[in-house]
Amino acid sequence: MRNMFAETLYREATENPDIYVVVADISPVGNMARFSSEYPERFINVGVAEQSMIGICAGLALKGCQPFAYTIATFSLYRPFEMVRDDLCYQNLPVTVVGMGAGVIYSDHGGTHHTMEDIAVAGAIPNMQIVSPCDPAEVAEATRWCARQKNGPVYLRLGKSGEPDLTKDAEPWEFGKLRALRRGNDVCILSYGVVSKTAVDLADRFAAIGKSATVYSSHTLKPLDRDGIIEALKHHNHVVVIEEHVPQGGLAAQTKQLAWDIQARCRLDTFTLQDDFIHNFGRHPDMLAAHGLSLSRIAQRVGLD
Amino acid sequence: MTLPGNGFDIRQARERCRRYRRRILDISQQVQALHIGSAYSCTEVVDCFYHGLMRRNPDGCSPDTFLMSKGHGCMIQYVILEEDGILSRADLDGYCKADGHLGVHPDYGIPGIAAATGSLGHGLSMACGMALAERGRKTGGRIYVVLSDGEVQEGSTWEAVLMASSLRLDNLIAAVDNNDLQSLGRTSVTHPSLYPLVDKFTAFGWEVAEVDGHDSEAIFGAVTNRGGGRPFMLVAKTTKGKGVSYMENVPIWHYRSPSLDEYRRAIDELESAR
Repeated sequence: MRNMFAETLYREATENPDIYVVVADISPVGNMARFSSEYPERFINVGVAEQSMIGICAGLALKGCQPFAYTIATFSLYRPFEMVRDDLCYQNLPVTVVGMGAGVIYSDHGGTHHTMEDIAVAGAIPNMQIVSPCDPAEVAEATRWCARQKNGPVYLRLGKSGEPDLTKDAEPWEFGKLRALRRGNDVCILSYGVVSKTAVDLADRFAAIGKSATVYSSHTLKPLDRDGIIEALKHHNHVVVIEEHVPQGGLAAQTKQLAWDIQARCRLDTFTLQDDFIHNFGRHPDMLAAHGLSLSRIAQRVGLD
Repeated sequence: MTLPGNGFDIRQARERCRRYRRRILDISQQVQALHIGSAYSCTEVVDCFYHGLMRRNPDGCSPDTFLMSKGHGCMIQYVILEEDGILSRADLDGYCKADGHLGVHPDYGIPGIAAATGSLGHGLSMACGMALAERGRKTGGRIYVVLSDGEVQEGSTWEAVLMASSLRLDNLIAAVDNNDLQSLGRTSVTHPSLYPLVDKFTAFGWEVAEVDGHDSEAIFGAVTNRGGGRPFMLVAKTTKGKGVSYMENVPIWHYRSPSLDEYRRAIDELESAR
């Protein structure tokens, strides 16, 4: 994902001299290195100084520029939180805060490098928009949108590397709308971000027993496609939410809220990270499994095993 | 006396600053509290930035930007913007009222206000971003920013200090309103190692000058005589509540409105200083 982000941003920045990339000591992979050498005046490395990263982006945007703040998710959102809130959101500036390696992707780095509550944290701030693409192609769509939008601040939640292509046959990407990766009649699976691969795999498991599943990339977490989710709740007997985020304040919690609001009659299963710091130092799938987000556990809990 | 360059007349500056203090006193009688001491502390610095240093295009607009990082001192900015015709008398009459749009801290979107401040330690980073944008667009625009000395305790301020010099932002001109007071006492007592400030900013690669922050001529001279090529920091030695004897260096006047009797005494002092 980060390579596709860098590649797309490079293309956008080549065409738009107002795009600045302000990073906090993160290795410039792929085209990010090319951008930094070709446009050194628009590539700023603040070092390990994330508060100034956000403040500088705010100042650039106050002068009409289109900045991106880019580093590992926990350091782009949590460390400079008040700058994100006051400088970007309160002033409603078109700055994209890129959280790379969100969720528990930095599994073996420990809890200091995990971003498990970012949707709740970012989503609580007025004016903030949140986009979390499910695969590299969706990263390209989302990055292009971020580079051109003037609505206000965006938190762009990214994975890291090696994510599979999930959107080859998907409907076109549109900001603020659920995107069907496939359509079915019996079950609807809502997910976003890297863990969307588990949603697709779960749909295959349903297909194997003759049940067709709709799989949605709920890439825009704020504003959430409330109408789309309500339709999904109304037209499927079984809705499953899978997200790499704590239970509070994310897609699962909001889907439950919508289900209550419309008195939905479907079965609703939600799978999230635990509300817990788990001291597991394995790989990403190990960490997800420790939180209960393995395909086998989810399959069992939805009645497939 | 008129100094060369921008036609900055010192006698007129003194008269303006007296007028501004008087206007702030008048507004103080409309509200229960305001940051009067903080505004009086930086009156000469802000006046000199606006009327001595920031340039004016023929259309009246300035290519330069003023940012009040110590947002609580914004009463002085409001009264300057009022006198310069950017804010109206009605705007200031609505200060901190339900149907007004001027608050205790400057709000983005208000005419003449370049950024929302109030939480300390934000302004200098935003000023760096603005300076970077002006440089990128080759506009020649300069960014003037005023910080409090309490604000210099914020880690985020030092991140920005480090970045401004690393980026060689020579279009960034900052001032620290060094009145040595914050809510709970003297900054030099709570943080003795932070002083002298000049050494700290110099060590971080800034060009620095220290002046009497109530001496308009000295402020103007220090900034106009800077060498350039890097960001400039003016350490303005000031007195909190300057101009009204019973307010000077008395912490309670950080955020308080004078009683009617106190108001009259203050007016007498300001008028007798003409």
